[in-house]
Amino acid sequence: MSIPWLTLAIALPALGALVVALLPRERAELGRRLTLGVTLATLLLVVAMAFNFDPSGPRFQFEEVIPWIPRFGVYYAVGVDGIALLLIVLSALLVPLVVLAAWRERDDNGGTPGAAGSADAERAGSGNGYFALILLLEAMMIGVFAAMDVFLFYVLFEAMLIPVYFMIGRYGRGAERRRAAVKFLLYSLFGGLLMLVAVIGVYALSARSGAGTFLWADLVGADGALAGLDPATARWLFLGFFIAFAIKAPMWPVHTWLPGAAGSSRPGTAVLLVGVLDKVGTYGMLRYCLELFPEAARWFVWPVVVLSLVSIVYGAVLAIGQSDMMRLIAYTSVSHFGFITLGIFAMTTQGQSGAALYMINHGFSTGALFLVAGFLIARHGTGAIADYQGVQKAAPLLAGTFLVAGLSSLALPGLSPFVSEFLVFVGTFAFHPVPAVIASVGVVLAALYILWMYQRTMTGPLPPALSRLRDLSGRELWAVGPLIAVIIAFGVYPKPMLDVINPAVEQTMQQVGVSDPAPALGHVDQAANGGEGASE
Amino acid sequence: MLSYLAAEPHAVTAAADGVVHSTAWLMIAYPLAGAAVLLLGGRRTNAWGHWLAVAMSLAAFVWAALSLVQLLGLDPAERSRSVHVYEWLTAGSLTIDINLLIDPLSITFALLITGVGSLIHIYSVGYMAEDPGRRRFFGYLNLFVAAMLVLVLADNFVLLFLGWEGVGLASYLLIGFWQHKPSAAVAAKKAFLINRVGDMGLLIAIMLMFGTFGTLAYAPVFASADAAGSAVTTVIGLLLLLGACGKSAQLPLQAWLLDAMEGPTPVSALIHAATMVTAGVYLIVRSGPIFEAAPTAQLVVTIVGAATLLAGAVIGCAKDDIKKALAGSTMSQIGYMTLAAGLGPIGYAAAIAHLVTHGFFKAGLFLGAGSVMHGMNDEVDMRRYGGLRTAMPVTFATFGIGYLAIIGFPFLSGWWTKEGIIEAAFASGGVTGQVLGWAALLGAGLTAFYMSRVMFMTFFGERRWAADAHPHESPRSMTLPMVVLAVGSVALGAVLVYGYRFALFLEPAVGAAEHHEFSLATLLTSWTSLTALAFMVAGVAFAWVRYARAPVPRTAPRGSFVTVAARNELYGNTLNEELFMRPGQALTAAAVSFDEKVVDGVVDGVARGVRDSSEGLRRMQTGFARSYALSMLFGAAVVVALLGVNLV
Repeated sequence: MSIPWLTLAIALPALGALVVALLPRERAELGRRLTLGVTLATLLLVVAMAFNFDPSGPRFQFEEVIPWIPRFGVYYAVGVDGIALLLIVLSALLVPLVVLAAWRERDDNGGTPGAAGSADAERAGSGNGYFALILLLEAMMIGVFAAMDVFLFYVLFEAMLIPVYFMIGRYGRGAERRRAAVKFLLYSLFGGLLMLVAVIGVYALSARSGAGTFLWADLVGADGALAGLDPATARWLFLGFFIAFAIKAPMWPVHTWLPGAAGSSRPGTAVLLVGVLDKVGTYGMLRYCLELFPEAARWFVWPVVVLSLVSIVYGAVLAIGQSDMMRLIAYTSVSHFGFITLGIFAMTTQGQSGAALYMINHGFSTGALFLVAGFLIARHGTGAIADYQGVQKAAPLLAGTFLVAGLSSLALPGLSPFVSEFLVFVGTFAFHPVPAVIASVGVVLAALYILWMYQRTMTGPLPPALSRLRDLSGRELWAVGPLIAVIIAFGVYPKPMLDVINPAVEQTMQQVGVSDPAPALGHVDQAANGGEGASE
Repeated sequence: MLSYLAAEPHAVTAAADGVVHSTAWLMIAYPLAGAAVLLLGGRRTNAWGHWLAVAMSLAAFVWAALSLVQLLGLDPAERSRSVHVYEWLTAGSLTIDINLLIDPLSITFALLITGVGSLIHIYSVGYMAEDPGRRRFFGYLNLFVAAMLVLVLADNFVLLFLGWEGVGLASYLLIGFWQHKPSAAVAAKKAFLINRVGDMGLLIAIMLMFGTFGTLAYAPVFASADAAGSAVTTVIGLLLLLGACGKSAQLPLQAWLLDAMEGPTPVSALIHAATMVTAGVYLIVRSGPIFEAAPTAQLVVTIVGAATLLAGAVIGCAKDDIKKALAGSTMSQIGYMTLAAGLGPIGYAAAIAHLVTHGFFKAGLFLGAGSVMHGMNDEVDMRRYGGLRTAMPVTFATFGIGYLAIIGFPFLSGWWTKEGIIEAAFASGGVTGQVLGWAALLGAGLTAFYMSRVMFMTFFGERRWAADAHPHESPRSMTLPMVVLAVGSVALGAVLVYGYRFALFLEPAVGAAEHHEFSLATLLTSWTSLTALAFMVAGVAFAWVRYARAPVPRTAPRGSFVTVAARNELYGNTLNEELFMRPGQALTAAAVSFDEKVVDGVVDGVARGVRDSSEGLRRMQTGFARSYALSMLFGAAVVVALLGVNLV
């Protein structure tokens, strides 16, 4: 009897959410501890699961399939390949760190009747409500990556909006948070609506021959239920999924919800929002857009590549122009997500392996950046870059971790994001040199936005207003230290992650019907087999 | 014929070979461990941290020296060994290993880096004694040594890139070491940024190499360089050159080096004179087979080298800041090396030999400058020096030897190696050879002028000191490294060049060039050597008239337009500002407002009136939601338009 790893990993935080939500308001300390305990237990469980994953085994492992709504072919079906597995590990790693970072944050409900923070509540830190939402979100995040049923995926994809909406709108920061939350919700709902239409379309088309099904495994492949789809129909369905994912990712020009949402979030919320939730978009492209509609995916390669390049350059230029740290980091992510989509649609092994790895590494690096920026904001009460100067003098540890996180964001070799960015570059160049060369402008721009931010906030003489700024506390070090450690460790030795990603990517490439172009000096017979991506 | 074209580098196993090569990774691990302990260990390591750093650097030096001994024990044809450490990354047909290449070229660099590096570590113990950040400083220095060793020991381009950007990071950290000084922070960022432009070139070259050769390891890439066709190799060569220009401060990416003098002086000596800035020359020489298959790229390399050697010299003639005068000189000297590296096999040994001797005399000169600053309350303006030879006799003597070496005084190190470059330039033949050769000769005259200017203004003439200056000789820990470097500045050139010893040693790595019978007499009486000597004497004499015989004013005279241009670094910064910075700022501002007003504008306009939640709820059903829907529709429309041009 095999262990239902994934169900356990979903159920544990879900139950925890319920318990924490039901705790009385005075028991905030207990709620926090309980939350941390549950998230750590989930992390342990997920890590144990990862060690049980066999990279040379079948693509999908830990599969569980239970009928849910048999009439419509809906299943509770979960299972992971290497990519989903790593995304789940990433989620399970980030959540406890976010909990630690939010430990002492106050609920600031800005005048909502009945929730005005008393002195006690302020001292007590975050309330149970926020932590229950985090736990609920963790369950859904693990579920959405594990889902092997299109309908289940869609339900979780939409349901995740609810906790995030409250985490921004109710527990966020600044006067603009409600507006930002509504904006986030409406954008996402719009995308979700398009996806719903496409999901229903998929079901209807799967019913052409025999009973309709939502099971991913039954839909894909040469003999799957979607095989032989009329190209025009497939392209429309592709678009339904793609637009939803592009909004989530976020891709230019549907990115404008992100800076506001991140800027109005608590740093912890921003970590989960950008570090994990946005990855659902790029993950969805890889798993659903490409594999459900291979022909359409190949057909859309160039438009998506162009949008990716615009995202890379546009996001970086906008990041340079920001005056608020949180918004700046959000825009760097628009640029980074451009690299991820570029890698996916380059349709080469290096591109897609790089993109999948990029999703993980970006979670580490941006997570660390948001956390440290958050620590700084918690001390001085503002995210405006102009309000800081010379922080390095007062808080060298804080400045040091900020610099390492920043260097990882600009993909310095030796740190983990370099490996993924390098693979995306090589993979894109193999697809076509021009987009790779355009994307490489991002390398220079990244150095500018990161180091300029560091220069403005951390260097120079320390103004008197900041002279009493505390350095990182032990708790804060525990929150950001593990991220720095994995950034360095996987930069030096990325093999464990690539070992589980590569087989999944190879299968995806096979499913989409593309293969790597041979090098110019390679054998001629190899070149003749070059896939769609190699036609140039 | 290059030896590695014949065969892959020999794999090393501990059983078959000596233990030194198979554990070559220790050379990198020592300083890396030192950096980790110092940077993570915190205040606990304050008391002894700097000695740990010195020890780690020395340990790496010992390992490099042992590797050399073992290498010399091998048959010359076998002196190229690849040591497998572990597999770094793999995806599809791409696999990048952490492999170290032990060959004469890499070991030469390893010895220079760890040797000069250790001396500068020792010097810094005294120089940084009073600095509260000394531990951090030594951590960064160790980090630099480790990264630089990765750069030169890599056996593939990706690992080289790791070291390449690693030294960029160390350089960034050390230029900006005094972070509380805004000028230092700006200079650090500028250096990293300009270097990244070069790195972009290197990165694209790497992509193109993988696309062409299907591998990124040196041996197979170089072996099939000829087969790739000159169009491809020319593009690769030019991209590599762009990377080299960034790292080695060659035109047009030179603007960062003079600002980099904001860093502590030992940093200027080690990173921005002796080692890191020569990495570009290393890259070109290492990638020799690519350039040899791309004559156009080679020509561009020599032009860049010649232009930079003159530009750097001209800048060096006008700077009153002693470190910036030396930095201009560094640009110029690396220009010599770049020029030689672009000449192909006849220039490689000359380039690397000059690189090594330059490492010694320029590091010595910078340490001397640091010693002067140490004694003069950190004054850098040479117009405030004068007559220091009696106050600081050891510094004067060692600086003087370095000075004689760099201007090419006969039989000192610089004379041997610069002569090699001038000769190689003329020997390359044709009009190009003549132009390059005369540029190199002219540069020799300029070098003599600006270095004599530095020498006279600092150590001779009347004392123009500030009222509170009490110059004194530096402590033993500082003067000792200066003495060692001075010895190298005297003797190293003869050791390397006499009988083509160094050229023959390098052959297994860079390929053979034709050598006629070595004879000191022909070297002494050749017309190039006599002309160089005449140019040198003229340069010294002119400087003597202007800066030794005539009094040096305490404030700089206005000067001719040439002087003004040289003082302004030939307007390189102005050019960057007008061409990139201002348009960039305008573009950024325009993009920010475009994002707010156009992409997101509809939303903001309507929602601005919304103040509290109840009203927001009401409006959500009216204009608010509609405006969101509108802007989303706009976004979706753009997507659809782009995606579905001819969808149906």
